[in-house]
Amino acid sequence: MSNNILIGVDGSDSSSRAMDFAATLCQETGASLLVAYIIEWSPFTFNTPEENEARHRRREEELARAQAGVLDPLLAKLEKRGVEARGMVRHGKPVVALAQIAEDEHVAQIVVGRRGESHIGGLLFGSLTGGLLQVAPVPVTVVP
Amino acid sequence: MNIRRIRRAASITLTAAALTLTLAAAPAAAQNERVLSETQAWIKGIERPDHLGYRDWVSGIQPPEEAAAPPQKTGIDAAVDLVMTPVNRVLYNAVFYEVPFFGAQVKLVVAWLVIGAIFCTVYFGFINLRGFAQGLRLVRGDYSDPNDAGEVSHFQALATALSGTVGVGNIGAVPVLIVLGGPGAVFWMIVAGLLGMATKFVECTLGVKYRNENPDGSVSGGPMYALKKGLAELNKPGLGRALAMLFAVSVVFGCLGAGNMFQANQAYSQFVNVTGGADSFFAGKGWLFGLLLAVVVGVVIIGGIKSIARVTEKVVPLMAVLYLLGALIVLAVNIDKIPAAVAAIFVGAFTPGGVAGGFIGVLILGFQRAAFSNEAGLGSAAIAHSAVRTKEPVTEGLVSLLEPFIDTVVICTITALVILTTVYGDPGVAQLAGVQLTSEAMARTVGWFPTPLAFAVVLFAFSTMISWAYYGLKGWTYMFGESRHSDVVFKVIFCLFVIIGCTIPLSSVLDFSDAMIFLMCIPNILGIYFLAPIVKREMKSYFARVESGEIKNYRKLRRQKAA
Repeated sequence: MSNNILIGVDGSDSSSRAMDFAATLCQETGASLLVAYIIEWSPFTFNTPEENEARHRRREEELARAQAGVLDPLLAKLEKRGVEARGMVRHGKPVVALAQIAEDEHVAQIVVGRRGESHIGGLLFGSLTGGLLQVAPVPVTVVP
Repeated sequence: MNIRRIRRAASITLTAAALTLTLAAAPAAAQNERVLSETQAWIKGIERPDHLGYRDWVSGIQPPEEAAAPPQKTGIDAAVDLVMTPVNRVLYNAVFYEVPFFGAQVKLVVAWLVIGAIFCTVYFGFINLRGFAQGLRLVRGDYSDPNDAGEVSHFQALATALSGTVGVGNIGAVPVLIVLGGPGAVFWMIVAGLLGMATKFVECTLGVKYRNENPDGSVSGGPMYALKKGLAELNKPGLGRALAMLFAVSVVFGCLGAGNMFQANQAYSQFVNVTGGADSFFAGKGWLFGLLLAVVVGVVIIGGIKSIARVTEKVVPLMAVLYLLGALIVLAVNIDKIPAAVAAIFVGAFTPGGVAGGFIGVLILGFQRAAFSNEAGLGSAAIAHSAVRTKEPVTEGLVSLLEPFIDTVVICTITALVILTTVYGDPGVAQLAGVQLTSEAMARTVGWFPTPLAFAVVLFAFSTMISWAYYGLKGWTYMFGESRHSDVVFKVIFCLFVIIGCTIPLSSVLDFSDAMIFLMCIPNILGIYFLAPIVKREMKSYFARVESGEIKNYRKLRRQKAA
């Protein structure tokens, strides 16, 4: 097993703090970083025929936007710091998708930021970190 | 800015409409026990003058036009009626040309559908039974590559197609079937539903296989593309183009009938019913209800206000579940009558006492209603299924064969059981028609059920109309090319027919819908005959590769990994 690290990002403040932490870790250990952006999506929704028709195009747009808007700037920053990194955009439930990627890519640990939202928000909508702790195949580091 | 304003206006309108609905519906429960209203009376009067008279019509002895004199109507309603009725008569007689067959009148077009379904069932080795489990696994996502996440899933394609299929017909047309053909017709409806699964499998596989992938990444599919491209492969490009054009023309007209006018009509009828019958503000004002409905439909399909469509798409499945729950409650209360109802279905299927045309007559009615309800053989759902992103067209065919099962074998049968365990045989409801009979049946068990049922009917009608507007549009753009201008022309016509649907009496609406929708099956099934060997090859190859493990079952792989 490698000592590579998977980080889940969403463009929020907490995720950039997590990013700093993971980058430092990589610099210290020489591990490479896998930066994953998960677009919330479920295969079990009800759509109109028009939505289905345009879905393929919209998916491409979503992937491109995530790549250009979130991943590319992060990867550029990482390159500056001398961290070996690559990006990945996926559709799916963030918890499941991150766990799946961790397994497929044989990473040593997952780093995620704790959403800085209010406590009530976390209770209502559930949290990524909580879910990930339950299903992750490798250790998870949560950055506050 | 502009869009935002429109959106806000739309959401205000919708909220207001919902409020009106709620307020108007509130006193309905109390009024439900009232004697039948005048409004109901005209619908009933035209539709079913008397039980026996109508049955005689089925056997061809007494045409419906002579059986009932339409009550006087006034104003816009009457004017629309005047124009539409003769048109209907010509069309209906042409499409439903009947030939005598062992004492019953067989509509050639129904025979065409049944023979097509039997052919598909036999030629594809009972795929309707063999492919069922695989269809469920596909919908569950067992074979979905995680790297393709974000594309249209099998579940989404099925759900979209179902929202076009499961409509008012599942609630409103089944009682009509029982009134006409007795309980035995339900048996043949179920049989036809099971056979229809094979037809659906073939047409949806073809729809995906021969769809067009447009330069902008969107897809256009359906029987017109299958006919054009598929027959060109068989060196019959001329025939292919002609059949494709025939299909496109009939889907445009079909969507205006069963996918629009029938839905609008039934929604109006149930709405008037729960808002006080003859005392309802909307009684006799079909054009006004139609206008309001047309505006909402127009806002969605022309204005592109996705939020309304999206809300509907989410509420409709909930409504379907609630309807089934309500029906199951009715069945639970009347559980002692279920054995008798089931027995009546089986006995009536083979010895239909009193039904004109006898055994064959009942069989024909059952098959016809199933075809109308699950659309197998018509090719409409293939348009919706084509949107799925899959490397294997056969997979979508397997998923689509669940559709007639859910629609006809499950939902229609439950409606039939509700009717049979409650109001069937009661002379007091002989004049009730369509949705109102189901409404009355449910009201006998739980008094306030008609009110949620009215909501369900309006929403079912709405979502079916949205789906059919799309099917019709695809036929339209096939004929006239994809352009914003021609899109709008079609959509405006579609909205006008919503109004017409609410103004003419049920029988002429049903005649028009039936005629138009059944026209679609002629080119579609002809195409199936030509292209069946191609589908069979794909099917065999697909199952062989599933067997060999070349096509991965990701769920299984994950489980093996975990173990």
